[in-house]
Amino acid sequence: MAESETTGSGMVVIYHKRRNVEAAMMLFALAIGIIGWTLVEYNLHEEVPTNLPVVAGIWVMLGLIAHLAVRIRIPYADPVILPCAMLLNGLGLTMIHRIDQISDPVATGAHTQLMWTTIGMTLFVLTVTFLRDHRRLQAYTYIMFLSGLVLLLLPLVPGLGREVMGARIWIFIGPFSFQPAEIAKIVLAVAFASYLVEKREVLAEAGARVLGIDLPRPRDLGPILIMWVASLLVLVYQRDLGTSLLFFGLFVMMLYTATERPSWPILGSAMFFGGAYVGYLLFSHVQIRVNAWLFPFSNFDQNLQVINAQYGMAWGGLIGTGLGLGRPGLTPLARSDFIAGAIGEELGTAGLMAVVMLYGLIVARGLRASLASKELFGKLLAAGLSFVFALQVFIIIGGVTRLLPLTGLTTPFMSQGGSSMIANWVIAGLLLVMSHQARKPVAPVTEDPDPDREKTQHVPAGGSA
Amino acid sequence: MNRPIRRVAVVCMVMFTLLLLNATYNIVVRQSGLNADSRNRRVRDAEFAQDRGPILAGQEQIARSEPSDGTFGYQRLYDQPYLYAPITGYYSYDHGNTSLEANYSSKLAGTDDSQFVRRTLDLATGEQPKGASVETTINPAAQQAAYNGLEGKKGAVVAMDPQTGAILAMVSTPSFDPNAIASHDLQEANESWSQLAEDPNNPLTNRATREIYPPGSVFKLVTAAAALENGHPADAPIDSPEQLRLPGTQTDLGNDTYCGGNQISMEQALKVSCNTAFANLALEVGEDEMRAKAEEFGFGTQPLAELNAVASRYPTEMNDAQLAMTGIGQYEVAATPLQMTLVASAIANRGQLYRPYVVETVRASNLSPIETHRPDLMGRPLSGENADALAGMMETVVTEGTGTNAQISGATVGGKTSTAQSAPDRPPYAWFTSFAKDDEGTPKIAVTVFVEDAGVSRSEVSGGGLAAPIARDVMESVL
Repeated sequence: MAESETTGSGMVVIYHKRRNVEAAMMLFALAIGIIGWTLVEYNLHEEVPTNLPVVAGIWVMLGLIAHLAVRIRIPYADPVILPCAMLLNGLGLTMIHRIDQISDPVATGAHTQLMWTTIGMTLFVLTVTFLRDHRRLQAYTYIMFLSGLVLLLLPLVPGLGREVMGARIWIFIGPFSFQPAEIAKIVLAVAFASYLVEKREVLAEAGARVLGIDLPRPRDLGPILIMWVASLLVLVYQRDLGTSLLFFGLFVMMLYTATERPSWPILGSAMFFGGAYVGYLLFSHVQIRVNAWLFPFSNFDQNLQVINAQYGMAWGGLIGTGLGLGRPGLTPLARSDFIAGAIGEELGTAGLMAVVMLYGLIVARGLRASLASKELFGKLLAAGLSFVFALQVFIIIGGVTRLLPLTGLTTPFMSQGGSSMIANWVIAGLLLVMSHQARKPVAPVTEDPDPDREKTQHVPAGGSA
Repeated sequence: MNRPIRRVAVVCMVMFTLLLLNATYNIVVRQSGLNADSRNRRVRDAEFAQDRGPILAGQEQIARSEPSDGTFGYQRLYDQPYLYAPITGYYSYDHGNTSLEANYSSKLAGTDDSQFVRRTLDLATGEQPKGASVETTINPAAQQAAYNGLEGKKGAVVAMDPQTGAILAMVSTPSFDPNAIASHDLQEANESWSQLAEDPNNPLTNRATREIYPPGSVFKLVTAAAALENGHPADAPIDSPEQLRLPGTQTDLGNDTYCGGNQISMEQALKVSCNTAFANLALEVGEDEMRAKAEEFGFGTQPLAELNAVASRYPTEMNDAQLAMTGIGQYEVAATPLQMTLVASAIANRGQLYRPYVVETVRASNLSPIETHRPDLMGRPLSGENADALAGMMETVVTEGTGTNAQISGATVGGKTSTAQSAPDRPPYAWFTSFAKDDEGTPKIAVTVFVEDAGVSRSEVSGGGLAAPIARDVMESVL
């Protein structure tokens, strides 16, 4: 069914659908997860588990449903993103299952995580099936902006939010806990994209020129100031440098992309680093993090977690101890924040690099969808989601490997945690929908049931690009 | 809008490149340091669980590893813990290792660089890697004799083969049980360790090598050697007044016994341990020559690194009164029992001093030797002639002087006693430094016995009475 053709004028590229390629890669990704899980069992208990067919069956079924939804509903979607996400999710489940085995009696973190994976993938399938065209999201700019900010700041509400390990990024409703920031990430990305597409001409107006940089007009600074204040609130009251950086970075990057004015990222970076520096001077928890990054051994007990992750990765060496054969349990929070450390220990630095490359592939394919997109909202949203995904991977894996000060973000698709799992599958779904919209033929093709509808959707490619 | 998106893509690429570069940096630069960190539990646990090779004394395994069901795969065991603790040291999870367990740790564990090929072969053949065995020079009979002699007392014994430097016995009492510290029950191990560490009798301290004490009269051997080597003939008379006014002071140095006249021979002076004669000899030789001779005997160096021996001390920048006092082993002179054994050893072996050692051979698990010790001449502090003369004087001490308790029929024994004042509120230290030659005149063993506290009254403390019999038993066990 994959075909490539150009029209007589050579104006329109028709992409391959690439669904069979995706299917083949899916098989590979599913196999790695299943083999990893089997290896854990075999290395720890020296026998191939009897429930292997059941586990493998569930996993293949999940992958199959996701693939079929894409194949049927958005056949032109990017073929790489879903297998990468599936592989990462499988590795994450494997690692959580492996860490479960350390405690006695064994923990059931992997069961919970599999449940969240199922919910996440269900949302993925729903996104793919019912959204199909991301432009429908453009209609709710201000509602989205407001609800995003509310979600972001929700943990500050007394009685609802609770501080867990120094960071107030959780809300508790009855027995359920949730990190609303993960959802806020998507909602705000959508809100920014539609707002900026609308206002980009105005925002691009030049103001004063300082040191060779065209500053924006003061009256356009409103939105960036709101986001800056929101980021600072997160930093100060939620004590979460990572989330703060993530949202502010997302906003500044989208502002820059929309206006094409380099002054935004320059100004934004200055504001963030200025704020972060003041935060460093004022707050001991920020100082502790920076100290743990630069001089972890200056306070062995306080920096035990970071140090232990380094020990683990050094112990694993280049090719790792093998699944089930290392001691990732020595690092606190090995299942969630430090899962990259556990990967580095048991799959080695080579394995960790492979995981980084998988994330890189997702980001690259997301940005590719953005570049290929024929309209501005999709461009901006795809670029924003890809960037925030990349930034999150950079911050958390960089923190675990001592490239950056550690901040407690989740490792997409791998860390234990429901909110993160749901959010990342929705992001994957959105990226696929946007890539489908970008890649599907503009001209009506025979299989489209309603050529007229297709025509009305057509937007000339590129805008100012 | 594509241009900024491309720039964002570049930023993303930079971020991922940084992650990969940092991971590379970690593995290339940081890894080895992290893996060598003793606080790294992964490394420590893996090492603690290793099948370490045994430590042997003769045919006896004085430390060995046995498979264990617990957290760690192997348990370290010491079959005669108190007897050999100063040599094996202990092997612990939380408190490091000591003595041979520390200094031969990587070889015992099989992780030493010299065992790399073996390890690689093991990896290839799927065999469980095993550590090397460490064969010591300890003679179990001598060790047992020394331990029996010191039982119930505080002190140390060091015996050495003067012709090679091989340590034949090394005992320090009170001793301890390394099994308790090597226990896999870490809490129990920690409690045992704390108890031992806080014990006022310091059982964890190796008195033979790790502590220095005022040697008193046994140091007169060094003074005599310095005088002989600096041109004082063996038969020339020495001034031996009953009281010697220390130069520049109002203090008189007296003798514990009658020396036998105001001018006596060196042999007589040594036999009765005449203080004023040796103080005069030290003044005659001079500070620099005294120190030079002491250093040739090994003072100021750390002679037995395998057991972390400390350096013995001969003081510097003294006035003449202090110099005179060093001639009889007082003032700030301080020596390990091991150091005094080196002195006796050089005298017995015609002036040739061999470097002491305690590990004869290290053998890989397939029995091929990894490392074998060859006797190493450390120095020649006195000529053969002077050594024989001094040895003859020491023999007189045993035949008719203060050391008669050390006599052994059928062997030539030489020795020197000492009853050294330490502090007014505690009993003096009893020393006996000696050697034994077989009937052909070959030096077989040099022994120093040091008794810090035997629990007897002050007046009963003497080198000849307390220490000499122990030295005799140790020598007899070897001859």
